[in-house]
Amino acid sequence: MQKLSEIKKSLLVSFWFMFLTFPIMVIRVNPIEKIVQWRWRNLLLVGMGSFILSFVWRYMIRQKESGMKKTGADDLQSMPLIDRVRKEQRLYIPILVVLSVFGILFPFIFSVYQVNIMTTALMYVVLGLGLNIVVGLAGLLDLGYVAFYAVGAYTYGLINHHFGLGFWAVLPAGAFMGALFGIFLGFPVLRLRGDYLAIVTLGFGEIIRLVLENWNDFSFGPSGIANIERPSFFGMQLSLQNATIYIYFLMIALALFTVFVVNRLQNSRIGRAWVALREDEIACQSMGIDKTKTKLSAFALGATWAGMMGVFFAAKTTFINPASFTFLESAIILSIVVLGGMGSIAGVIIGAFVLILLPEYLRAFSDYRMLLFGAILVIMMVFRPQGIISNVRRTYKFKGTNIHGDQNK
Amino acid sequence: MKRVMEIHGLTMDFGGLRAIDHLDLEVREREILALIGPNGAGKTTLFNCMTGIYTPSEGSMIISPPGKKPETIRGLKPNIVTRKGITRTFQNIRLFPNMTVLENVMIGRHCRTRSRIAGALFRGKTTIREEQATVEYSYHILEKIGLAKYVNDFAGILPYGAQRLLEIARALATEPFLLLLDEPAAGMNPQETGELDELISRIREEEKISILLIEHDMRFVMSISDRIAVMDYGKKIAEGTPEEIRSNQAVIKAYLGEEFVA
Ligand SMILES: Nc1ncnc2c1ncn2[C@@H]1O[C@H](COP(=O)(O)OP(=O)(O)OP(=O)(O)O)[C@@H](O)[C@H]1O
Ligand SMILES: [Mg+2]
Repeated sequence: MQKLSEIKKSLLVSFWFMFLTFPIMVIRVNPIEKIVQWRWRNLLLVGMGSFILSFVWRYMIRQKESGMKKTGADDLQSMPLIDRVRKEQRLYIPILVVLSVFGILFPFIFSVYQVNIMTTALMYVVLGLGLNIVVGLAGLLDLGYVAFYAVGAYTYGLINHHFGLGFWAVLPAGAFMGALFGIFLGFPVLRLRGDYLAIVTLGFGEIIRLVLENWNDFSFGPSGIANIERPSFFGMQLSLQNATIYIYFLMIALALFTVFVVNRLQNSRIGRAWVALREDEIACQSMGIDKTKTKLSAFALGATWAGMMGVFFAAKTTFINPASFTFLESAIILSIVVLGGMGSIAGVIIGAFVLILLPEYLRAFSDYRMLLFGAILVIMMVFRPQGIISNVRRTYKFKGTNIHGDQNK
Repeated sequence: MKRVMEIHGLTMDFGGLRAIDHLDLEVREREILALIGPNGAGKTTLFNCMTGIYTPSEGSMIISPPGKKPETIRGLKPNIVTRKGITRTFQNIRLFPNMTVLENVMIGRHCRTRSRIAGALFRGKTTIREEQATVEYSYHILEKIGLAKYVNDFAGILPYGAQRLLEIARALATEPFLLLLDEPAAGMNPQETGELDELISRIREEEKISILLIEHDMRFVMSISDRIAVMDYGKKIAEGTPEEIRSNQAVIKAYLGEEFVA
């Protein structure tokens, strides 16, 4: 009986869709020959498509709900794959080995083009991890993250242009400038929370971009800075192919370094303070945490990573202009954090690969890329609002006690 | 008996509303002082003033922690007040729901530890030692409060009574000399309230601290407190031992209305 009503509902949805899309999918006016074409076949396709999609959608929702009802059913089989992998520690090592072998061989198997894409994905991993400190851990919704990325990129671009300093010399400077701007932005917005903070940071991001676009004497305006040096390899300049491979490995090293740092931070005294701040600001202060310092440190550290990646970006593309630092960029990085799972390192890494690689390999459907992007996000929000990997906190073992549930779900 | 905190002429205005009106109150060493009063009397507002969440419009608040010089805490930020030794729990529970129970308590240790970002990155000997000490201290408190079985669970999924206890555990981790409890028994069943009674007395004995608590459950208040202060419309209308308060005319009037006064 339930099946029947489901079918009825799906039928209704499909009729509704046929009605809605009728003007654009069925009627086509040919203004040259002055005739109207009726494409009835499209109507049929829309009807069938929406019926099937709606049916599958309902089925999934039902599955999800029945899954929620039997909570406490802790058997591994019923868990999403990703949680199962996390729980079964013995799977870690083989997975890590396979991943590292793949990572090392990658540039020698695949074309320069593929290696470039992978490098980009890794850059977003690092950007995502940086923003994860601000948004995922400290809970400060920052929509202007790309501003710090721009600061880093222009730090390298300008210093290299004017003084000829190389990548390695400027990398720390870029990180430092990022941090400085993080604090610089952090101060005025300390009192803001949630939506207000989001709007102000959004504005800040745009201001930086507009300054870069319009201050011709300083930043060369929309035409940007070209011929920026690639990273040197012990003072040698490499051929394009070798440089690509070199940059790829550099990026892997940077990503590993970032994972190491963020992992250490998030389970430290300061990392816990960030999470507490995210969870409840008033309680956090009342437990003796300095709100100002904690927020500023999160902002500054997040921005440090953006600054560093900015330098890297400038060195990789050898050309920068303000068009690379639009709001869309911030939005993508934020999506990576949200999709991956706020506050989870593995989640952010997976999120970055999904959101960067998928559109790259879906170029064939490039017209529908944005549509697909949106659909993935919506589906995620409905079925797994906590992100691919949900909130994980470190657990501790104690002698002589029977620990109740030693892993968090 | 020695006083650990003295409040004089404390007044708190919200626009036109005077939530606290020239209130005087003293807290003595190692006592359990209960603060009672009808809804909206200004009890929670007093806690907010004492912990730096609000800055009072007028009046003074002087603390004299055991073994330290007296000093004023008026105008200090909440985190500084906590470091000086006053901590609180909240009327509507304010835990960190997506952190584990142990981590919630570890947050309380924040103001008694010092490792910084560099320490976290390099994880030197001092940092590791401090981190271990934090974990052990926090776990020890959980054992004392009776929450050890929940250590690694998320705070948000604990039963209600356990959440209230966790707030107390978290507050104790800051090593206060004065603990403020805002309706700790609210929402607990009689058995849990009985256990809480015992727990609070035990905390006073073991930690050697003063406790100021707001509570509506009269039986609980009468059995646990050494002294009781009564507030109504922002003013203190009575103060004394439970026996004195029980027979105080002003208190009966405030609680039951004019017609019940003998
Ligand atoms: N931030 C605020 N802004 C304006 N008015 C406030 C604020 N906080 C409290 N008040 C008012 O101050 C008065 C005292 O409130 P308070 O919360 O201190 O009462 P209470 O004694 O704790 O009551 P209850 O027993 O219901 O918890 C109330 O009239 C309340 O509306
Ligand atoms: Mg109250």
